[in-house]
Amino acid sequence: MAHTASACELKPWRTEQSRPFISVKGVTKQFGDFTAVSAVDLDIFKGELFCLLGESGCGKSTLLRMLAGFEHPTRGSILIDGEDMARVPPDRRPTNMMFQSYALFPHMSVEKNVAYGLLREGMRKADAYARANEMLRMVKLEKLARRKPDQLSGGQRQRVALARALVKKPKLLLLDEPLGALDKKLREETQFELIKIQETLGVTFIVVTHDQDEAMTLATRIGVMRDGVIVQIGEPREIYETPNSRFVADFIGTVNLFEGQVDAVAPDMMRIETADLGPVLLPPVAGLTRGQHVWGAVRPERFTITRARPEQARNAWQGVVEEMGYIGHMSQYRVRLPNGVLIRTSQSNRLRDEDPISWDEQVWVSVQPVAFRVLTQ
Amino acid sequence: MNRDNLLTRSAFWRATAWGMGKVGLTGRSLVIAIPMLWLLVFFLAPFFVLGRISLAEAIIARPPYTPLFERGPDGTLEILASLENYRFLFEDALYRNAYISSIRVALISTIFALLIGYPIAYYIARAPEPRRSILLLMVILPFWTSFLLRVYAWMGFLRSNGVINNTLISLGLIDSPIQMMQTDFAVYIGIVYTYLPFMILPLYANLTKLDGALLEAASDLGASPMVTFFTVTLPLSLPGIVAGSMLVFIPAIGEYVIPALLGGPDTLMIGRVLWDEFFSSRDWPVASAVAIVMLFLVVAPIMWLQSVQNRREEQ
Repeated sequence: MAHTASACELKPWRTEQSRPFISVKGVTKQFGDFTAVSAVDLDIFKGELFCLLGESGCGKSTLLRMLAGFEHPTRGSILIDGEDMARVPPDRRPTNMMFQSYALFPHMSVEKNVAYGLLREGMRKADAYARANEMLRMVKLEKLARRKPDQLSGGQRQRVALARALVKKPKLLLLDEPLGALDKKLREETQFELIKIQETLGVTFIVVTHDQDEAMTLATRIGVMRDGVIVQIGEPREIYETPNSRFVADFIGTVNLFEGQVDAVAPDMMRIETADLGPVLLPPVAGLTRGQHVWGAVRPERFTITRARPEQARNAWQGVVEEMGYIGHMSQYRVRLPNGVLIRTSQSNRLRDEDPISWDEQVWVSVQPVAFRVLTQ
Repeated sequence: MNRDNLLTRSAFWRATAWGMGKVGLTGRSLVIAIPMLWLLVFFLAPFFVLGRISLAEAIIARPPYTPLFERGPDGTLEILASLENYRFLFEDALYRNAYISSIRVALISTIFALLIGYPIAYYIARAPEPRRSILLLMVILPFWTSFLLRVYAWMGFLRSNGVINNTLISLGLIDSPIQMMQTDFAVYIGIVYTYLPFMILPLYANLTKLDGALLEAASDLGASPMVTFFTVTLPLSLPGIVAGSMLVFIPAIGEYVIPALLGGPDTLMIGRVLWDEFFSSRDWPVASAVAIVMLFLVVAPIMWLQSVQNRREEQ
């Protein structure tokens, strides 16, 4: 019982009566004929680390810029902490932004960059610099306080930008591709650092990113955007396990999609007739009728590949390993079925000494009925 | 035949390159040599000629100054050089006033050109593309007509029965014409108008590079548009301000035509004094001394500003 209570606190979006901290209501943004953001509704709760995920040009940055106040919605309204932001200019909003280019002032030292926002609040100089240096200590840059931005590395500049955006203790921090300019290793380290800072300060973060791994690692919830519309909102696990469309399934991770029609619906089982795999058995999905056009989606790791035909497997197909990639913790396989269909699968490498399945071997690919996700769009 | 030609030519070039290499010349130094030669012939040599004349004495002869060397009565070679002309310049209030007044006029004109030019440059730099090119063209367009013609046009505007006075009288705002011609005001108008493009263009080049994200960042951190301008835009455009101010100040300080045409008899500027010394008094040595002192007056602030900027960049 206590367990569920804490889950509600940590995941307020699961409870109906939680009050959202940020409310985006029917927001549309048009640039001339082009609609960048189209009728977006979004509730974000206090302390969340929300990721807006999508390809470039999907409207995620425009949505972020509207929250910061740099763009005005053509229609709809944005509420932050219950206050309508329509007439509030960027310099009066309780938000701060970390820019993709970092936008550090090149003529000011690191310390001055960080203190800039505090001085604009009218804070005394000595106090502002003390706070700025405190913030720099948190991002481990206190030794570089007197340097100019062009004397810093990319990673150091990223930290300065973060310190500058956080120093005013904003209610909401907006981050535009915060890790985009860093190399892979630094990016992974910084991801966890970002989460730690976010948890320590309790600031609500909205992160815009095109990198699905980044979104999966960082986010409490993800909003997947496409062509100005949020197509799905959910926790990383929901987005991955129960995508609501082929687009989301394909965008987050890898997926095998099989097109077909509902063939038979029974109380405990459903059959789909697919072009690629023939009949497939899976648990019934509410709301589906016979003859309906659907797609079956299976993640690669849900397939099992074996040399012998698995017993009791309801969905199993024989094929040949066409390609194999050893990645270390797992191996990826592409198995070609006799009818030419390619199945992408991956197996984790748990044992050191096992004799791995390799190229050109005849194998059986099987999958549990529950591993299928049925998509109607 | 063609082949031969090519061969001899390449041999010739190779020999030339070898010869140049022998005396420490490379292709690179050759490229620099051309502007160096230009400066030597058309700037440094005349400068030395001027310097030499400024040390002489005016006589009625041709040329109208004493020679530098003279055979003494006992047959020895004497050098006739004196700093008398310079002493004369510093003692005579006329020259001192002319220098001070030139610097004042140039300084005030530069300030006004900056105050007018900056908003124009800023607006052009922020304008969307098709409009930006048109605006830039409009800044440069006046150069396509004669400079003298444009100054005469201003006379037409500023005269007692000119466009401005006539308009004001017909609107009933004034009863009698305002005296604008032959005042310092007219000189300022002329100089600011003429040199405004030299202020706008370097400022535009600077402001167009300004990253819009910096302005957004400032506003995001709580700076009003005004504060953003003074804390971000202005400091970052300082190199443009310095370049533009130099381009206005330097020609303005030695300006002759504008004060002569628009200014009154009491508008004292060094260009005019120079003209009078050369052509009215035919005192070439004093005129040369005036020119050389002016050169140092202009060069000194530039070198100082350059060193300041270099030091700032090193930091």
